[in-house]
Amino acid sequence: MANKRPKADVVIVGLGWSGSLMAEELTRAGLNVVAIDRGPWIDTSTHTPPAVDPDELRWGQRKEMLAPPRDNTVTFRNHDGQDAAPLRDYGIFELGAGVGGAGYHWAGMAWRFSPWDFQVRSRTIERYGRAKAQDGEMQLQDWGVTYDDLEPFYDQWERIAGISGKAGNIKGKIDAAGNVFEGPRSRDYPTPKLKTLRIMELFNKATTDMGLHPFTIPCANISEPYTNPLGVTMGACTYCGFCLAYGCGNFSKSSPQACIFPVLVRRPNFQIITKSCVTKVNKAADGKTVTGVTFADEHGRTWEQPADIVCLTAFQVDNVRILLNSGIGKTYDPRSGTGTIGRNFSFQTVSGADMWFEDEQINPFIGTGGLGSQIDDYNGDNFDHSKLDFIGGAGMLTLARDGAPIAKANALPQGSPRWGAGFKKAYAKYYRNYGTIFNQGCSMPVKAATLDLDPTYRDKFGVPLLRLTYDYAQSDRNMAKFTMDRAVEIAREMGAAHVSGFNFADKAFSTAVIASDHVIGGAVMGDDPATSAVNPWLQSWDAHNLFVVGASAFPNNAGYNPTGTVGALAIRTAQAIHQNYVRNPAPLA
Amino acid sequence: MTPKRNWKRIALSVGGAAIVAAAGLGLWAGRTLDTSRSNVADDKVALADVHITDQAAIRRGEYVMRMADCAACHNASAGVFTGGYPFETDFGTILSSNITPDRQTGIGAMTERDFFNAVRHGQGSKGFLYPAMPYTAYAKLTDADMHDLWAYMSTVQPIPNKVDENGGMAFPFNIRLAMAGWNMLFYDRLPIAPTAGKSAEWERGRYLVDGGGHCSACHSPRNLLGAEKASLYLHGGRVGSWHAPDLTGNPHVGLGKSSAQDIAEYLKTGGDKTAIAAGPMAEAVEHSLQYLADRDLNAMAVYLKSLPASDKPRPQPIAADSQAMQRAALRYEVNCSACHGVRGEGMGNMVPPFANNQGLQSDDASSAITVMLVGGRASSTRLKPTGAGMPSFSWKMDDRQITETLDYVRNSWGNAAIPVRESDVAKMRKTLDATKNLPAN
Amino acid sequence: MKRRDMLTSLGVAIAAAPAARLIANEMQGFPHDMALDQAFMPKPASSDGKYQVLTREIDRRTIAAVFDRLIPEDALGPSATQAGCVTFLDGQLAGAFGMGATLYRAGPKAVGEDALMQKPQFIATPRERYETGLRALEAYAQRTHKASFSDLDAQQQDAILAGMEKGSIELAPEVNTQAFFELMLANAREGYFADPMYGGNKDMAGWKMIGFPGARYDYRLYADRTGEDLGLEPVSLIPKA
Repeated sequence: MANKRPKADVVIVGLGWSGSLMAEELTRAGLNVVAIDRGPWIDTSTHTPPAVDPDELRWGQRKEMLAPPRDNTVTFRNHDGQDAAPLRDYGIFELGAGVGGAGYHWAGMAWRFSPWDFQVRSRTIERYGRAKAQDGEMQLQDWGVTYDDLEPFYDQWERIAGISGKAGNIKGKIDAAGNVFEGPRSRDYPTPKLKTLRIMELFNKATTDMGLHPFTIPCANISEPYTNPLGVTMGACTYCGFCLAYGCGNFSKSSPQACIFPVLVRRPNFQIITKSCVTKVNKAADGKTVTGVTFADEHGRTWEQPADIVCLTAFQVDNVRILLNSGIGKTYDPRSGTGTIGRNFSFQTVSGADMWFEDEQINPFIGTGGLGSQIDDYNGDNFDHSKLDFIGGAGMLTLARDGAPIAKANALPQGSPRWGAGFKKAYAKYYRNYGTIFNQGCSMPVKAATLDLDPTYRDKFGVPLLRLTYDYAQSDRNMAKFTMDRAVEIAREMGAAHVSGFNFADKAFSTAVIASDHVIGGAVMGDDPATSAVNPWLQSWDAHNLFVVGASAFPNNAGYNPTGTVGALAIRTAQAIHQNYVRNPAPLA
Repeated sequence: MTPKRNWKRIALSVGGAAIVAAAGLGLWAGRTLDTSRSNVADDKVALADVHITDQAAIRRGEYVMRMADCAACHNASAGVFTGGYPFETDFGTILSSNITPDRQTGIGAMTERDFFNAVRHGQGSKGFLYPAMPYTAYAKLTDADMHDLWAYMSTVQPIPNKVDENGGMAFPFNIRLAMAGWNMLFYDRLPIAPTAGKSAEWERGRYLVDGGGHCSACHSPRNLLGAEKASLYLHGGRVGSWHAPDLTGNPHVGLGKSSAQDIAEYLKTGGDKTAIAAGPMAEAVEHSLQYLADRDLNAMAVYLKSLPASDKPRPQPIAADSQAMQRAALRYEVNCSACHGVRGEGMGNMVPPFANNQGLQSDDASSAITVMLVGGRASSTRLKPTGAGMPSFSWKMDDRQITETLDYVRNSWGNAAIPVRESDVAKMRKTLDATKNLPAN
Repeated sequence: MKRRDMLTSLGVAIAAAPAARLIANEMQGFPHDMALDQAFMPKPASSDGKYQVLTREIDRRTIAAVFDRLIPEDALGPSATQAGCVTFLDGQLAGAFGMGATLYRAGPKAVGEDALMQKPQFIATPRERYETGLRALEAYAQRTHKASFSDLDAQQQDAILAGMEKGSIELAPEVNTQAFFELMLANAREGYFADPMYGGNKDMAGWKMIGFPGARYDYRLYADRTGEDLGLEPVSLIPKA
């Protein structure tokens, strides 16, 4: 028998970026909000100050900032003829281990998706004809929102997060100092772009000489002290290089802690329940709504949190698992193409080139999570695909992120000894001579991809693990090969003495191979209840007081990091709730 | 996790000395205990029975409550004004009282005159109050403000919450009568007399600083009997493990280089270009000062700017080329500069600068030692809500390293301060029960 | 649900609700305590010189011999054991890592699991893997060379290690030999390049070898000097100075 807590107006399940942004909007509008998070309370100065942060073994290798697979893993197989196995160690699922979620340890690349990414199906057919959509293997569908719909919310998110960058397109006016391919922005970034470090200088020169269009990646590692519209002040990034998988010690990496908690947590109509795991959304007898959530506290006791509105704002895989475990909506069946929960899982299709110089001083230890230069010349639909055997593309970037000495020990030119005196000699030289070009490729949904509940493996609460069935679309594989070849060309142009192309998509997909950690889909948004789990307001088609917010709503993945789009969607949904839904609790038009 | 509130040891030495002093001073008793000022207040209707409808008076009264910062001490877990807030002293624990209009456990049975006697004369329903309640300052409150405060208190929700205020005090300090002697020595029951040639703004500023604001309770040094030293008025004092800085015109450690505008901004928002409130001052700003009208904050600033500089010369700075300073320079770059700036310039309006920070250069480095050891949090106000945290370093640095680091920040970028004593750091580490440093390598 | 039932609690502050606090982890407002959270306190290796997991001398000799072939002493720096990597490993195996505390260890281990994952997976903890692995390695040396692994000459040791790396030899049926080699290599490197508080990287020798400046947190003074050798001295997380 569950213990029952007092009813809240809104329960937020997972206090990462989505949950925090929504809670801020909703509490500011006067609603009582209870947020339940699986992790403990974590904050800058009491948990990850500058004197705790710079510890690669602990955070970079042991990944103590991440939710351990012990508590939270997914089983996986490439196709439904196989038995799925659980991912036992850390892999592509880099969930946060505390409040703030992955928004606390993320690197900080702060993108908007391109206008094309929201309409891959209609725009592909429009430009190249129906055959190009490859309906046999793929399952392209538009989002039900356009870039223009989201632009004001991207802008709001960037303002809250203080994103550093340089605009390339303000209301159609193109500026070559920024990304000339980006969708039109209403204004420039709130803080200037970060410094151009050595590897970026080399990349910028080479790509410019090749007629390409390099620019500095927009970052949630901000470049100067900044006060956001909530009144919260952030600091300036110090290029310490302890960023991805680390907390930030000086308030310069945008996170719920750095940008939102200072006002949100002090509000009397906001409460957090930490170390408590939501297992289920409870359905109402009417079958059209939900009544709240069930969660297990730290000691395994079961609780019910009743609420008028439930917002699932957990990590993508958890949103989907909670829906499946709650019996909300119909599970996607790839054979019949029916059902919506578990549909359109996609990943990111990654290739690139590693490069080694002979006499450089890259000083890799100077850097920050999101910092690098990128070209978008081969991203999205920025180039003509009519003679190519794929759609989409990749953001091709060079990273100035970190010089983590344990991790970098693997980054040696081909043929270098991995141990012994030869290893020491190679590493002593190439540590400061190494760079990489990383193609962060799009990922198109395939019909065969599914997320459902595993028949064998369970978590500590006895809830079945999520089971992922997935392999790359052929179109994506072709794209990865194409962009890898471009990366090799750039690396050579940069003057590297040794270049090795790499392509994660030249073999089967695996959750244990960390090509990226950007998993999306499974509860996708759209105009049509037959092909989407949530409407364009991220409101469940199956229960109108349930909102499922996060990358689980993306019907396809772009050649960019997802957080900016997650933030924009969360703000848009929260505003729809307090501006419209509370006045008329019904499906939003 | 109960927060340590030993900074509120405002009158920790009220006990022993005062009892001694009580003997043989009967002559003064008449004047000290004279409560005739309270005669302007009604002595018939109890607070619980009062019905005041004058909304303007109630609003003004709420403002007086903010000005006098009642909520800071009388709020506790049972609800607004229910008391029970612990003041830990060397003589035991005093709890703040329930000041809601509850008849049994609060002040519901008090008449307005009883209320005046308590607030301005330190004579409560159970006997003399301990000067943890700053009635020595509240004595300056005008009758008008007192009437308004009474009106406001009548609107407060009565909440039963029984508090045994001095039950945690050891004998003989639990005898309230002891306070009579202390009052004879250090309490002035009279209102502030106007000063010739001063503007109305200045007078208002003085009233706010010395009356409701009770600034000197922390910012003036105290004598052995726990009373403020009048001759060193606002020259800086000690509150538990914190140093309350010099508020005089001293350009080195006081407000000499701050404009009235800076001071008003600090009081309103919790920070200005040289300092950010933390510790007890953060609470004063959060509960009280941020709610005051700009004209009142400006008046306080004008009054403070008029105070003659204390006589504390700028010392010779510690030479930057000593080994300790060199070590500390690297330590600063590794641990501190990410927030406090590569040139001690601070960070936005969230992290205080070190360069030209007067409070930091005070002879008494207690506040800096305290935050180095156990961390601290900046104030969070409506205008500057961030409330950034200073991390603790007790787990990482030994006493010598903390001493050197503080010497470095107190003597770099144009700063100059006397050396910090390693023994003071060691003592504070013990007092605050701060973590011992981990082994180094 | 009817519309009039919705949002009945609108505008009522939770703080005002008389409901008792039911769960220890309910929080409202920022915690008062500003000291470093105990769970986030760095965890240095124990410095009392006692081994907690590698208690058998033969195991220590074997792993020391392996580590010193993986990272030998030369002009670029000390060997792995000279840098403290065995102490490091013992500390790691005694802690959460050794216990496999973060791993999903529920069975069954599926047939074809490793192939599917393209990476070997283990239900056994790293501590257990070292126990069986080191014994199997010693037994292999005895079997093939009639001598302890640690008594073989460098060439013989390298040959065994290279065979393990390539997968051309199998130490024992119960040991995934290639994976065990990778585990030892990973831990040797970790010990050599992790912060010295974990017992390895003595005098920051690993960092000095490659030019990593350690646990610093602010490079703003240097970031504009692109392409320069900055010559920064490394700093450990808890330095003596």
